[in-house]
Amino acid sequence: MDCYHMRVLLVVVGLVAIGGLGPVPVVAQLTEAAQDGFVPMGDIPPEDQLPAAPLLVAAYAVVWAIAIGYLWTIWRRLGTVEQELAEVARRVKSKD
Amino acid sequence: MNRRLFPLLTGLSLVIFVTAPILIVRAPYESTMGLVQKIFYFHFPSWMAMFFTIFILGISSVIYLFRRKPVADRLAVAAAELAVVFGLMGLITGPLWGIKAWGVWWQWDARLTMAVILELILVAYLLLRQYGGPGSDRLAAGLGVFAMANVPFLYISTEIWRTVHPRTSVVPTLPVDFGIPLWWSFTGFIVLCLALLTARGRLEEQRAAVDKLYLALEEE
Repeated sequence: MDCYHMRVLLVVVGLVAIGGLGPVPVVAQLTEAAQDGFVPMGDIPPEDQLPAAPLLVAAYAVVWAIAIGYLWTIWRRLGTVEQELAEVARRVKSKD
Repeated sequence: MNRRLFPLLTGLSLVIFVTAPILIVRAPYESTMGLVQKIFYFHFPSWMAMFFTIFILGISSVIYLFRRKPVADRLAVAAAELAVVFGLMGLITGPLWGIKAWGVWWQWDARLTMAVILELILVAYLLLRQYGGPGSDRLAAGLGVFAMANVPFLYISTEIWRTVHPRTSVVPTLPVDFGIPLWWSFTGFIVLCLALLTARGRLEEQRAAVDKLYLALEEE
């Protein structure tokens, strides 16, 4: 290897070394999450805040779902008991 | 229980619940919590309905313990189940409010912890009635009285201990614009509670009738 090629190789190795230390990978640049230390902040930006409307809708939906679901269970249990009542009443009558 | 009462109460509660969202939408936003505060119009009445049913449970249990009236026992069982249902509504709507208002779903402070304990007492009552065997009705009646005794402590807990929960004194001092939708929803919850109590009471009546017939069948 002559002197010229040696110098080219050194420049390439140097550039690679500088490149490795310098720019961070594209994936890492997408996020801005702190890695070296956390810094406190007073208020979170509006785009990070939890929206209230879905929570409100969920709360009302839960109340309705529980009320209707419970009413359905009463209706179902009442149907079963009334069926049993009719059956036992028939047995009592047949014994008489 | 009156069979005609159930459709009447259900219809009335439906009318109130259909009109309540109109009043809730028209109510002003609370300055620190904004939109999420409107959960209050269903959250608070669900707890009040729970307390109402717990008082029915407690009073019926006292009557059953001293007078041995089966109708009081049946009413107590129906009220206990309803109290669990309304408590569940409160325990679910609360964290949905809390995550926005406090930044956390749950906080183990005095009010919230007491609410969970009360719900667990009521679940214990139902489990005792279901699996307790003979004599569990009297033991459960004692538990029902104990649950009722817890209610005043839960209600005033925010005034006694430091909690993240809004104070109880917020309700009597509410401005009229907040108060109208709240008391309208409250009425709807109480009417719904009475409708469900009528239906659940009928179920207990029918069960008692079945038991009576089985006994008659065995005696013959």
